[in-house]
Amino acid sequence: MSKGQSGLGKSTLVNTLFKSQVSRKASSWNREEKIPKTVEIKAIGHVIEEGGVKMKLTVIDTPGFGDQINNENCWEPIEKYINEQYEKFLKEEVNIARKKRIPDTRVHCCLYFISPTGHSLRPLDLEFMKHLSKVVNIIPVIAKADTMTLEEKSEFKQRVRKELEVNGIEFYPQKEFDEDLEDKTENDKIRQESMPFAVVGSDKEYQVNGKRVLGRKTPWGIIEVENLNHCEFALLRDFVIRTHLQDLKEVTHNIHYETYRAKRLNDNGGLPPGEGLLGTVLPSVPATPCPTAE
Amino acid sequence: MLGPALRSSFPVAPPAAQFPSDCFPATMRVGRSFSPPAPPASAREAPPLVRCGSRACLWLRPRARLGAGPRGLWGQPHRGWATSLLWTSIPPSVKRGREQSFRAVPPDINKQYVGLVTLPDQVHQKSVKKGLDFTLMVAGESGLGKSTLVHSLFLTDLYKDRKLLSAEEHISQTTEILKHTVDIEEKGVKLKLTIVDTPGFGDAVNNSECWKPITDYVDQQFEQYFRDESGLNRKNIQDNRVHCCLYFISPFGHGLRPVDVGFMKALHEKVNIVPLIAKADCLVPSEIRKLKERIREEIDKFGIHVYQFPECDSDEDEDFKQQDRELKESAPFAVIGSNTVVEAKGQRVRGRLYPWGIVEVENQAHCDFVKLRNMLIRTHMHDLKDVTCDVHYENYRAHCIQQMTSKLTQDSRMESPIPILPLPTPDAETEKLIRMKDEELRRMQEMLQKMKQQMQDQ
Repeated sequence: MSKGQSGLGKSTLVNTLFKSQVSRKASSWNREEKIPKTVEIKAIGHVIEEGGVKMKLTVIDTPGFGDQINNENCWEPIEKYINEQYEKFLKEEVNIARKKRIPDTRVHCCLYFISPTGHSLRPLDLEFMKHLSKVVNIIPVIAKADTMTLEEKSEFKQRVRKELEVNGIEFYPQKEFDEDLEDKTENDKIRQESMPFAVVGSDKEYQVNGKRVLGRKTPWGIIEVENLNHCEFALLRDFVIRTHLQDLKEVTHNIHYETYRAKRLNDNGGLPPGEGLLGTVLPSVPATPCPTAE
Repeated sequence: MLGPALRSSFPVAPPAAQFPSDCFPATMRVGRSFSPPAPPASAREAPPLVRCGSRACLWLRPRARLGAGPRGLWGQPHRGWATSLLWTSIPPSVKRGREQSFRAVPPDINKQYVGLVTLPDQVHQKSVKKGLDFTLMVAGESGLGKSTLVHSLFLTDLYKDRKLLSAEEHISQTTEILKHTVDIEEKGVKLKLTIVDTPGFGDAVNNSECWKPITDYVDQQFEQYFRDESGLNRKNIQDNRVHCCLYFISPFGHGLRPVDVGFMKALHEKVNIVPLIAKADCLVPSEIRKLKERIREEIDKFGIHVYQFPECDSDEDEDFKQQDRELKESAPFAVIGSNTVVEAKGQRVRGRLYPWGIVEVENQAHCDFVKLRNMLIRTHMHDLKDVTCDVHYENYRAHCIQQMTSKLTQDSRMESPIPILPLPTPDAETEKLIRMKDEELRRMQEMLQKMKQQMQDQ
């Protein structure tokens, strides 16, 4: 799921991440389309294949977030959506005759785009992340990082990290879920140094030094998206897809979903929700194995 | 119309001449609200008088050479009866003194002309001595580079001791108004520049009416000026009215946001709004074009009246007309600000150093900063002030007087038909002050009487 104010390059980045047109490009809005009055949730599903490995990718976009004059509670539709997906999964799980592979529409990862003001996080960002870090894995990302010079970037990152810490916002990878020492050191390094990733997205290719690279062409130079000296897009891509994809799903399933499930069961007085189960006492539902990439 | 009729019944004369154009005799008044006057009868046979030299001067010289096109003293195309005023570069002759003037005045001027050509020179001298003032307001969300841009424009750091707030401190913040005044002097010309900053604008989660403190401030300044203008002692009126508002639009959006539209609609009838696209170095040229088009469309759609550049006179140079057209086409300006000097191609320029290149602030191919600076300081500063005085302030004044008269007609018991302080609701504090002063006067009168009596007794 990609979140953030409109115009921060969310769609472009998602396209760049998956090197294909997977999300609805904002620039292809018709001129008559206005900024939506409420936060809408648009989910688009794709199947991507690489090297024989197929992945069903769903990109959920939230246009209209944070664009209004009064943005109080604009995170509520999103929280509701995420909980709905958990609810759907829960219902499937407690079914008597349940499918072998439950279709998993839960949100595994939320990329939150921070506006590169160079000063600090906005109150809206803080409020949103506070509410949602408990239900979904949030990866904060600094959008349009080509606005900042290197010093400004590192200063801004430090300030954002400090603010997140001071406000008790646990972004992914969460400290409390590190399983062993190896994981801990690796994740610590990422948490302390690279996050939040300052990224630049682009779906256009240019010729640089004889190679064709994805980038942005400005009058003063070409910004290469995959060049680590220019921005951290490559780090983000490796992090989300190449190393931590499975972990993201596991954390969602084992922790966030279980928290939701426990809360629902408690609310229901220990009984699982659903119609045909009134009066019967079921043993606690064993945890289903985490659905692996199909 | 209510305006002119009322004006005659008030003991209000036009405000004291603050701008050079006001120092002209009425027949030679220049300004947008007045059409260019016919040249004085005595000079009708003489060739028309034209502005001479670069935009540095207001003075006139006869357009003597035909065909070659009027060229200014420094080879730049001059302007006709435009009102813009350039004070950043003063020709060295001003320093040499009034006696020497290096305009192309023909030697037989005393025979043919009345000598009106010297008027602008006198005006110029007076204004230079008096100094000029300009109030600029900057508004926009925090982090858009407002302070950096102000620094780049005027080359002074007004925010040395500023502490940036963290996000929690922002949550409960409302829009504040901060004024910084700085005296800038360049080659003998003094400018008292006031920057009105609006920290906290658009930063909260709920930004409804976050522009209210700003509209209140602008109205307050108008009210203050109105009071001063109607007061008894009008020698030194302080003009704190906001002459121009630079509104920073975020480049990260797809056009105007609802907050932007709300702000501009609340202020477009009170102050000259110049919209800018901030931090333009995050956009490639095609994106800038698209964004500018989008913003222009939306401004039209929402009926926002931003500051319009005055039309070129028809007798201008082609070059100049071309420049003017380019200026109008590049609005809103996409600007980049920088406080640091970097080395680019062997030269030290103000810019931003990125791993992929150097952005030069003063390079016209990189951003519109130069256009903005020229417009604001070198060509249109005076026009901005004129529009504020002639249009926005007059609107406010007419509205105020109208309100007041409707209140007076409602109020049957009137003290005097012509109140001296024409305010709809007098301040409680000023009333108290007036009462105190009255008491003092009475006491002093009593003392005087006592002393008189004592003297009589003696």
